[in-house]
Amino acid sequence: MFGYSGKILHIDLTERKTWVENKPEEWYKLWIGGVSMASRLCWENIKPGCDPYSPDNPVCIANGIFAGTPVPVGGKYGLASKSPMTGFIGDSLSGSWFTIALKRAGWDGVVIHGASESWVNIFIDDDRIEFRDATKLLGLGTFETEESIREALNDDQVRSATIGPSGENMVRFANVTNDGRQAGRTGHGSVWGSKKLKAVSVRGTHGIKVADPETLNKLSFDITKAAQGPHTSKYRILGTSTNVLNMNKLGLLPTRNYSEGVFEGVETISGEYLHEHNKVKTIACAQCPIACEQMSVVKTGPWTGAMTGIEYECLFANGSNLGIDDINAVIKLISIADSSGMDAISMGITISWAMETFEKGIFTKEDFKCEKYPEGFELRFGDGEAAVTTAEMIRDREGIGKMLSEGTRVASFVTDEMRGTETYKWAMHSKGLEPAGYEARGLKTFSLGSAVGTRGPCHNRTAAYDPDIQGQVDRFSVDETRGQLAKDTEEYAAVYDTLPLCKFIRRCFTGKADRAGAWPTIVNLINATTGWDLQYDDIDPIGMRAHTIKKAFNIREGWQRSDDTLPYRWMNEPMTKGPSAGHFTSDEELEYMKDCYYEAKGWTKEGLIPKSKLIELGMPDVAEEIGV
Amino acid sequence: MPSSTSKYQYIDCDPDLCIGCQICEYVCSYTKTGEYNTYRSRIRTVRVDEVLITALACRTCENAPCVLACPQDALDQDPDTGIIKIDAQKCDACAWCVEACDFGAISVNPLTRLVEICDQCEDQEDGPQCVLWCPKEALKLTTPEKQAQKARREAIKSIKDEVLPKIPLKDTTC
Repeated sequence: MFGYSGKILHIDLTERKTWVENKPEEWYKLWIGGVSMASRLCWENIKPGCDPYSPDNPVCIANGIFAGTPVPVGGKYGLASKSPMTGFIGDSLSGSWFTIALKRAGWDGVVIHGASESWVNIFIDDDRIEFRDATKLLGLGTFETEESIREALNDDQVRSATIGPSGENMVRFANVTNDGRQAGRTGHGSVWGSKKLKAVSVRGTHGIKVADPETLNKLSFDITKAAQGPHTSKYRILGTSTNVLNMNKLGLLPTRNYSEGVFEGVETISGEYLHEHNKVKTIACAQCPIACEQMSVVKTGPWTGAMTGIEYECLFANGSNLGIDDINAVIKLISIADSSGMDAISMGITISWAMETFEKGIFTKEDFKCEKYPEGFELRFGDGEAAVTTAEMIRDREGIGKMLSEGTRVASFVTDEMRGTETYKWAMHSKGLEPAGYEARGLKTFSLGSAVGTRGPCHNRTAAYDPDIQGQVDRFSVDETRGQLAKDTEEYAAVYDTLPLCKFIRRCFTGKADRAGAWPTIVNLINATTGWDLQYDDIDPIGMRAHTIKKAFNIREGWQRSDDTLPYRWMNEPMTKGPSAGHFTSDEELEYMKDCYYEAKGWTKEGLIPKSKLIELGMPDVAEEIGV
Repeated sequence: MPSSTSKYQYIDCDPDLCIGCQICEYVCSYTKTGEYNTYRSRIRTVRVDEVLITALACRTCENAPCVLACPQDALDQDPDTGIIKIDAQKCDACAWCVEACDFGAISVNPLTRLVEICDQCEDQEDGPQCVLWCPKEALKLTTPEKQAQKARREAIKSIKDEVLPKIPLKDTTC
């Protein structure tokens, strides 16, 4: 078998033992890698119905098919557990040398069971597994943790996935970091924290062989060179932050806790401004010839020296969404999230919920007493220092930060229970996960994609904003085509998330990003790596299976049609300003689009999956458990 | 950082352009071993800090310390190209050369028990594969003199805007 070792490593933290599971080639043909394989491993290894923080919730890591080869942007891995944010599947991706080391160590995936009694750093040294005491690593930031492990093991090429102080403190939306990149969403860091798992480190010394290296090299070389052309210039020059001005122009830039879609202070938090004033260097993920990450630094004021990589999603969540137009405060906020290992999107949106709750008079200065401000402080929109202090309180679970560290859903629920308020009306989450930086009230297809998302509302798992923004459909109204569009775009995304390949490469194969433009090259890449004989028609089912196993996981965990919903604000309050003013997604519109979507998927009206559909996709065991 | 004083060509990496993707390492290891394995690459990227990234390979020093250090006389420097040649019969992987190299450009292959050093892909028609593949053109085959010329030009270019307006140029309009 080329491209795979055929081996999954199981590690039990409770018993401190390990075992090897051999998987047949047919299994790999179904699940491929990344999000799909990680989610399948989670399906196979979790005790259904378990508490996400219990030892029964496994950490599932899956390599990509192209990891460690020259295939551009193929150095990503999938990470899956039951999410403490949503109670459903939590699946994340990250570009990383960690996955390449893991592949070279001879493992296609790792499943970590149980929970440790004391803090542990797992070291996978090729086929030798060591449980290292992690006490000395506690309190270290993410980058420092990695460096510290490399120093202790005296090897530059040891790669680690780690949690920072937020994960140790079990901030619900803590994440997992490797090489400065994050498996960012759905709270993996707190799951690791619940297991006292500080880091997984890997040294892989074996070479990777592929079936047809000459073809693979030729394809990779051409894509690498194409990735320096116009198809990626947006990502290479300004990075994703270029979206700030574009979104604002369309009235889609979430502003002040999603109360509006345009921000008057947009110029000074734009990608252009960042590029001119704060950018230090552009860096790449593993195996990536594009390099979109804009390392940026604060050069003046109280946060001088704060530095991190800036992306659009973190920028909107901690910029316009907090009413903050001071780029220095935004960089500081994101650097707190990144160095302590928190999801900067969830953090920003939880803070914006708290800001609105303060501005509405429910929270007062008293609520924000802390060591730094013993008398408390006012948490108002636009106040950078107040936002930074709140972020630090969340990281340390200090004072009200303890409640806020549980995320928007729990914080608003607790507040409403205790104070008899209705803060849920501006709690921006669906299924417990805070949404992405696209104002869905002005993007009706995307609002459907967000509502039905298996991990909550996410711009990476559904690309349903594309037909809206490209003008393929009227973005302000609904019609019967939206179900099929939501299906097509989420399954397209799922193919990339499964291989995985970063979606920023999608136009570099032929200039066209659609299926006809991308799938033929992807078929050739897979076949050259594995020696398989896949055809064009085999690619779509890869995405379908990836999406279906996640949906099946959710159904087994008790998912119901009513879970596919949107934040109250998106369904009840129109925006008042900008090109998307006056619009929202009504209950009727959403239910209608959901009907169309379930039908397009071939599911029942309740959103359940027929047995026949599951068998057709090659998962009879899943059909047995949850098929109808 | 110590620098090469050589007249010979070597693979140089511009840290301002290097993005740390490690594609050079995959290509190098494949070219030399038929497998992708950064441990077997003769060029290595180094990331000391989040934004301090570069790649290093043999800098073909004159009077190369590795050659002088070898107790088995297994290393020899090609007088025309400066490339270090390894005599597989003599090398016993003692790693004295590794210690002698200021650039960390030598590694020992644990399987073959031989040291491995960049040979600038002498045997490849299209030259060093890492240079060919580097997506950001950060890698170049160059000499210290070429580097100095480039630095001089860059230095002067950077003050061009300051200097030019002060030079009275002949009016050519009439």
